[in-house]
Amino acid sequence: MSTQPIVQTLQRREPARTAARRALLVSLLGPLTALAGVVWAVVQPYRITLLHPAGETFWWLLVQPPLLVVAAGAAFHLLVGRPLARDVEELS
Amino acid sequence: MTRPPAEHVHWLFATGVLLLGLFLLAEAIVGTEAWRRRPWRPYLWPSFAFLLGTLMWLVMVSFTSSTIHMLAHSAWAQALMLAGAAELGLVRGKLHSPLWRLATPFAFFVSGAAFLVHEQNPWFFQRSAFLHHLMGWTLVLGTSVVIARALRPGRAAANAGFAILFIALAVMLYSDRDTAPVFGHLDPLAGEPRR
Repeated sequence: MSTQPIVQTLQRREPARTAARRALLVSLLGPLTALAGVVWAVVQPYRITLLHPAGETFWWLLVQPPLLVVAAGAAFHLLVGRPLARDVEELS
Repeated sequence: MTRPPAEHVHWLFATGVLLLGLFLLAEAIVGTEAWRRRPWRPYLWPSFAFLLGTLMWLVMVSFTSSTIHMLAHSAWAQALMLAGAAELGLVRGKLHSPLWRLATPFAFFVSGAAFLVHEQNPWFFQRSAFLHHLMGWTLVLGTSVVIARALRPGRAAANAGFAILFIALAVMLYSDRDTAPVFGHLDPLAGEPRR
């Protein structure tokens, strides 16, 4: 029995596997970024003044690094990461 | 709404730089073909860099307490706009000379030099001084990665390195505080630390 068809099948599957890995990686970028922001908020909870407001102004309430990191991760995932992962899968 | 404190402006720019890094990293992961599947996507990072450069002018005119800071902010504004505009022209096909690819490494080097020149205090004076030195050297030394990317545009390692440079810069900008110690060091001349 010839092994040629098996080799060809494996060769055909390889690009699809690579594309699937790339799609997974790119779809994880946003959530991992947002997770980094959540971890930062847990490590430095005093940065999240929204949880215990004491007369802070807008900047001190809403413009805090952990919140910005979560927002950046979420925005990237919704606007770029998810559609891009779909494109990679379709392309393969 | 009052003018934001300086550290908040750093954090907002850190978010912009982080997004730039994520766009570039995503492109490095999926490759040019998939990235260019949507016609708007190749314009994403150059136009975002140009936008950050435009916004940097607002910072330049709003924070006028020191001439050298104003000059540094205007250098960063021009560098970001030059890099963004050159990359937009290359993506669009309006710029044909491959020498335009060197605009971004040039912008990186100028930005790094501006960091190093405008910081008058030593590394361990306070956190912002440390970060200015660190960002300056990251940009100056990172220029070699950006040159590698300019010379071999399709090389995944150079593209990933370019993206990681932006993410590292974002982390440094997020770490900035107006007055804070760095590794336990805070010069008495720096003022009272803030948590």
